[in-house]
Parts: sequence; C-alpha cells; structure tokens
Amino acid sequence: MTTQTTAPQTPGKMPAGSQASLVGIPPHIGRALATGGGVLTVISTFLAWTWTAEFPGDLTVYGYPGGLQVLVLIGGALTGLFGLASYGVKGLRWLAPAGADSAIKLSALAAWATAWYTVIAISTKLGGLVNLEPGGWVVAIATLTALIGALALPFDRPAPDPADPDDTGWEQFRHNARNTGVFIKAAFASGTSTPARKLPAYAEILVIVAALALGLTVFTYGIGTEYDELFVGFLITAGFSFAAAAKAGLVGRVSALTAKHRNVTMVGAFIAAAAFPFTQSDDQYATIGVYILIFATVALGLNIVVGLAGLLDLGYVAFLGVGAYTGAMVSGSPSSPFDIHLPFWASALLGAVVAMIFGVLIGAPTLRLRGDYLAIVTLGFGEIFRLAVLNADGTSGPDITNGSNGISSIPNLNILGFDFGQEHTIAGFTIARFANYFLLMLLITLVVVVVFRRSSDSRIGRAWIAIREDETAALAMGINGFRVKLIAFALGAALAGLAGTVQAHVTYTVTPEQYQFAHVVPPNSAFLLAAVVLGGMGTISGPLVGAALLYLIPAKLQFLGDYQLFAFGLALVLLMRFRPEGLIPNRRRQLEFHEEAEAPTVLSKAGA
Amino acid sequence: MTTDTTTKGATPGAPAPGETVLDARGVTMRFGGLTAVRNVNLTVNSGEIVGLIGPNGAGKTTFFNCLTGLYIPTEGEVRYKGNILPPKSFKVTAAGIARTFQNIRLFSNMTVLENVLVGRHTRTKEGLWSALLRGPGFHKAEAASRERAMELLEFIGLAGKAEHLARNLPYGEQRKLEIARALASEPGLLLLDEPTAGMNPQETRATEELVFAIRDKGIAVLVIEHDMRFIFNLCDRVAVLVQGEKLVEGDSETVQGDERVIAAYLGEPFEDAPGDEEVAEVEAAEAQAAAQADAVPGKENDR
Repeated sequence: MTTQTTAPQTPGKMPAGSQASLVGIPPHIGRALATGGGVLTVISTFLAWTWTAEFPGDLTVYGYPGGLQVLVLIGGALTGLFGLASYGVKGLRWLAPAGADSAIKLSALAAWATAWYTVIAISTKLGGLVNLEPGGWVVAIATLTALIGALALPFDRPAPDPADPDDTGWEQFRHNARNTGVFIKAAFASGTSTPARKLPAYAEILVIVAALALGLTVFTYGIGTEYDELFVGFLITAGFSFAAAAKAGLVGRVSALTAKHRNVTMVGAFIAAAAFPFTQSDDQYATIGVYILIFATVALGLNIVVGLAGLLDLGYVAFLGVGAYTGAMVSGSPSSPFDIHLPFWASALLGAVVAMIFGVLIGAPTLRLRGDYLAIVTLGFGEIFRLAVLNADGTSGPDITNGSNGISSIPNLNILGFDFGQEHTIAGFTIARFANYFLLMLLITLVVVVVFRRSSDSRIGRAWIAIREDETAALAMGINGFRVKLIAFALGAALAGLAGTVQAHVTYTVTPEQYQFAHVVPPNSAFLLAAVVLGGMGTISGPLVGAALLYLIPAKLQFLGDYQLFAFGLALVLLMRFRPEGLIPNRRRQLEFHEEAEAPTVLSKAGA
Repeated sequence: MTTDTTTKGATPGAPAPGETVLDARGVTMRFGGLTAVRNVNLTVNSGEIVGLIGPNGAGKTTFFNCLTGLYIPTEGEVRYKGNILPPKSFKVTAAGIARTFQNIRLFSNMTVLENVLVGRHTRTKEGLWSALLRGPGFHKAEAASRERAMELLEFIGLAGKAEHLARNLPYGEQRKLEIARALASEPGLLLLDEPTAGMNPQETRATEELVFAIRDKGIAVLVIEHDMRFIFNLCDRVAVLVQGEKLVEGDSETVQGDERVIAAYLGEPFEDAPGDEEVAEVEAAEAQAAAQADAVPGKENDR
C-alpha cells in the first residue's frame, strides 16, 4: 500500500495514541486473522453445513456452495480480497482506492452476519445445534475470526469531547453515548480516495458495463430468492458488501465514471434491465419485475415534483389512477361505458393528457400554498379522486367508472400484431405475458428518465431548483413561481398518467382501492413518497432503487405478517435519522443535510 | 417634511443626468397602524448612483421592497422608464429592476454558474418543450446563456470558481455573486441592499470599484448602506430616510452638513419629533405587526 499516506496502513510508523482499535489484538495479527478468516470462510462454504435437506438450499453437499452458502462465500471472498489489497498485493490495489481497512471490517461483518444468521436459522428451524455438520462450525468460527481480526485493525482515534463534571447523571450518560458513537463511526470511516489512474475510454466503459452487469446480477438474484432465509441473507450480504465497496472508494470511482459517460451508462442500464426477462425461465419473477417498474416509473415522476421543484405532493397516486382509468375506458373493455378501442399509442397519449389536465386543475388552486399546506391539500385531492371514482357508479352519481367493481377484463395490448397476452419466442428465449409488459414498461421508464434528465438540466429545471432553494429570491430573479411550479406539477401528472395506461393492461382491472393514500401494496401515495425519500430526492437512480426495495421487501418478507408495516416504519425512521439524504443522494441534497461535513468545493455532475 | 434640496450638477465631475429611470411618487407603506414608509418621492436617472441612508429601521428596506414588487405600496406609484411597475416581483425583474438582498439570499446549493444562469431566466425563453426536444435552438440558447453568465463572472472576478457551490464561497464573494446574479437579468436599474455589510475595508473598496464599473455599463444604481464613507465616495446623490420619511436629498456635502441628519444619527431630538409619542406608536405597532420585523422603526432614533 505504498500510495496510501493518509490511511494508517503501517501502524509502526504512526505516533502512538492517535491510533485505536475496537479489539485489543496487535494490528498485524488482526490483519492476518481477517485475511485468513476470509479465505477459510470461502473454503468452508464448500463444506456441508447441515445433514438434512429440510433446511432450504443445498447446504448438505460437499464440493459446491448452495443457497446461503453462496452469500457467505461472497462475504468471505470480499474480506479476503480486501485483506490482500491492504497488504498491497500487486493487481489488487485498485480494489481499495480509499483504504481497505474499513472495507475489511464491513465485509467481515457481512460474512459474519450472514453465516451466523444461517447457523442460527438452521439450529432454530431444525431444533438444536446437533443439526450442524462440521462445516457449519467451521464457517461460524472462520467468520468470527475474520471479524475479530478486522475489528483489531487500527483507525484514527477521534478526540473525545471532554465531559462537563457538573452534568447530571443522565447528561453524563448521553455524553458518553455520543462519544462512543463518534468512536464507532470513526472505526468505519474511510480515508480520502487516491486520484484515479487515467484509463483509456474503452476501459472506463468496460468498468461501467461490468458494474451494470453486477447490478443486474444482484437484482436478479434478489428477485429470484425463493425462501425467506435466503432473502434476509441477501439483504444482509448486499447491504454490508455495498457499504464495504463504498468505504473502499469503489462506489465513488464507478459513479465518477458513470457521471463522465452518462449516455453510455443510460443505454447500458437500459440494456441490462431489458436483459432481465431473458434471464428468467418462467413468468413468475417477470410479474414482480413489471410491478416494480410501474412503481419505479411513477416514483421517478413524483421525483420531478418533490425532488426538483420541492412540492410535497401526497396525492400523487391519483394521477396514476386517472391514467389507468383513461386507458381502461378506451381499451374496449366490456365494462367500460365507452365502446371504443383505441390503439395503444393513442390511449397512452390520451392517458397522459387527461392526467395532465387533472394536474393543472388540481395544481392551479393549490400551488399558491407553500409547504405543509400544499401537502395537506394534495392529500385531500388524492382522496377526492378515489371517492369520486367510487361514487360514479350509476347509483350515487353518474355511471362512468363502475364504482367499486372498477373496470374489469381489460384486453391485452396488441401493438402491430404483437399480442402481449401470448408467449413469444425470441432468439430461443420464451417471453410470456408479464415479460412482454415488462419490456413495454421499460420503454415508458426510459421516456420518463429522459424527460427527467432533460428537464432538470435546462432553464426550467434550474428554475425548479431555485424555487426549492429560496422562493423569494427566485421570484426576485424574475422566475414566475406559480407558472413554473404548475409546469412541474402537470409534467409529473402526465408521466404518472402515461404509466397508468400500461398499468391498467397489466392488472386486467382498475378499481378505486388501488389508488389510496396508504395501502399494503405499492404503488400508493405514501409508498411512492417513501420510495423517493428512501432512494434519494432529485436523482434518477434513487427512486428506481428505492421503489425496487420497497416493493421487494414486503413481497419477500411475508413471514413478518402483521409486523410488516411496523418493521417498515421502523426502517424509515432509522433511515431518516442516519441517512436523511436517501440511499443514493443527490450531491446538493447531501450537502443540505450535512451542514457540518466538509463540503467539496467543486460540484461534480454526479448524482443523476 | 420632504425637503428636496437636490443640487444636481453642482459637484464637478458628476455625470450629466440622463433620462429618469426610476420615479417613485408619494410611496407610502402601512402595516396595520404602522406607517413604515410615508410619502417618499425619489427619482433615479440613468448613469447615476443614488444612495439611500438612514438609521436602522428607518424604512429603507421596506421602501426597496415596494420598488421591487415584494410589497405593494399602500399609496403612491413607482414608475420605471415611464411605466408603472406591476405588483409582482418577477414582473418587476422582467421590466428591468434587479436587486440584491440585505441578508444574502443565494441559491446556496447551486453552483456559482447556475446561480447566474437563474438570473438569466427572464431574458431567455426556452420552455419545457424545447428542453425536452433539445432542438438546435435550445443548445444555442443554453450556450449563449452560459457565455453571458461566464462574462459576468469574469466581470466580478469569479470566473475561476464557476463550478463551486455558492455556499462554499467566502462572504465577500457571495455578495459579489449576488450582484452578478442580479446583473444577469440585464437590468436598467440595480438595487443594492447593504452590499458591504460585514466586509473589511479592502473588500469594501473593491465593491466600490465594482459599483462604479456597473455604472459605467450604463446601469443606474440605487444603494442602501450604513458605511458613510462608502456612500459619500460612491454616490452622486444621497437621500436620507428617517422614520419612513425622506428628510434630505442632495449631494454628499449637503447631506453631511444637514443638522437634521446629524440629529437623526447622533440622537438629539429634532425639532418636531418629541420622543414619547413615537415610542408609544412603535410599541403599539410592534405588538400588531411583529412579523414585519424590518418595517419597525428602530428605537435609537428616539433615545
């Protein structure tokens, strides 16, 4: 590690006292333990962990890893690789441009948490530790060794904040807790990234392609997890591994590259997403895929309203409903009051336009309000939409929407003779109904991404951000605040309406209950807003990731049952406490929330 | 009480007065029972730098807000180049009056360049469709805007920091950037609200140079300031606002020599304004319009 001068890689040379570690083992032994533990973990995943196939996943076989073992293997391999990188092994240094120590700690944590979760899950599910084969004991010890070794690695001790002796006991306790928090945070802090080596353009693009392929693999794996334990293990491993990669500086480096080649990244991401149905053998997971995509697209549309223009809209799902109802009514469905069957392009356009008109109608009176008032009024309008649709059933009101029965048996789309309801075989791959819609929805997502990107990087996008930052100053700079906000509102509504027309065909039926403020199944206004906030306001990838997580986690963690919403709420509270800017923060946004952090002087074009 | 003692042209070297850019007639602003600005007349001619001074709470910023459409004057009218100003601040900017703020109001999480580009908003037309379709016209307009913004940044000396976040600039440069952002809207009149507040003497001198350079571009300037040396160096004409009323207007000697101005600043009770009545009025008004903080006359006048 010759290039590292800031990160404490060579403990002997650093002055004593400024270094600390969480476990009292000499750092060089710790490093060896971590690296060795990582390697041993990898080996142990090839052993059998349990004797019976009652625990799902192939954990009984010697010779190859299966199920949760694969995840532990990844954690162990990362620990070992980061460990070797910290020794400065040639050819591995690129792994940790910002210092490997924190990355070792986090990846060891990933391996340890996943392995111990597996071991404990086996023991509790099968009733006792006797069900563990030697491999299970080996992996438990190996990951623990690696973790202890990793925690022995040194880091810069933060100067403790001296306590005031006059404080009461409670204040002393809080003070100590705060100091401990700072200390633990410092243990996982990463150094500054070394400047990137100049790569030729094709190599940079290859790196992007590799990163996207990795993303697709991780996503496909997550969607395809078949049992609860595997999904929990997936979340643990993926979360800690991503954190480790971020601490090692890899994420920063890749996002710098993607920011440099934005078009390549976009096309690549699009192709990777389009490849998803081809990796699936049946339509089961394509269903999840298309619902995630609908959810994500609408969340991205909401991100224009919330993330760029700063308008808190709690009734956004109504526009999806307007689009879906419009699409359903002109689809030739027998329960539609209109006996017309428009081609898809016309109904999509109509859905977008009708939603936009609703957006203007709702926005014109409400956008004169600011902040909380706007949120309350949009919440009200969202519910008004649902109730109006519910009552337009011919008895309480005009017969338009069929009331609570909704508009059902919406026929499948047929574009240029391509029937979306049928299976098709493309280049040897069978593409079934939901995969067809997945690909169509992907096109809509692409449209929304392009609209988001182009509008945010323009005169109107700057006006939105200016309004969000300081409305009075923006007005004084000649921005017609009301008009600009109305454009954001109408644009967001039109995009949701566009997604709605596809949604109507995917779900066969549109009913008022699909478009509530809060509901167990996304998309609904609360989940949409949560996806935007969780993913990161003002970014493109943020709501996409946020929506994928928010859809997958409830769908996969069925065993939580009634506690699902509780766990979800708890997770959101924790996220807002520790990472208010979202998982994939916009650079601006991150700076807003972390005033005290040293802000970079130059704002790169990242965060898209 | 409005004594017009303008002595235009008396100062050697002062630029010949051109056409009237700003013409405020009988501007009165009341907040409930409090009259923050009372019957103020003020004209600014092209190529002129006019100062507006007065003790804290004299109504200077309120008067500014009346000029820029943030407040709608209760009485009186404001004309810009002969046309009555619309009562919306973005329309005022479009008409040609740009302003800075007493407490800096930059878009702090946007870059320096983006801040100036926001200032170009009224002078560009590209709407949503052109942004989405990205025709040749869009790219041309964006490039022209960027070029113009970079020119302005060069003019104020921040071209090297175009990609920095506005919040990361040192205080003095933030003030400069605010001026550049206002200039980006191509105003005929620039209103500066305490442009040197919190600056050290060097920065103040640099700002002085900057204001002269702006005047030389043919932009009239109206400036509020507490730094008397700055004002008297800079301004062709100075108006003194005390308790919402214009006391004196004239060149620096006239104003400096006027005993009522000295009285207003140094705290001697001036002829027809005994303290008690005012204090009572102030207290009543404060209770009523506590929110309008900058409209409340300061008490130091009456001490």
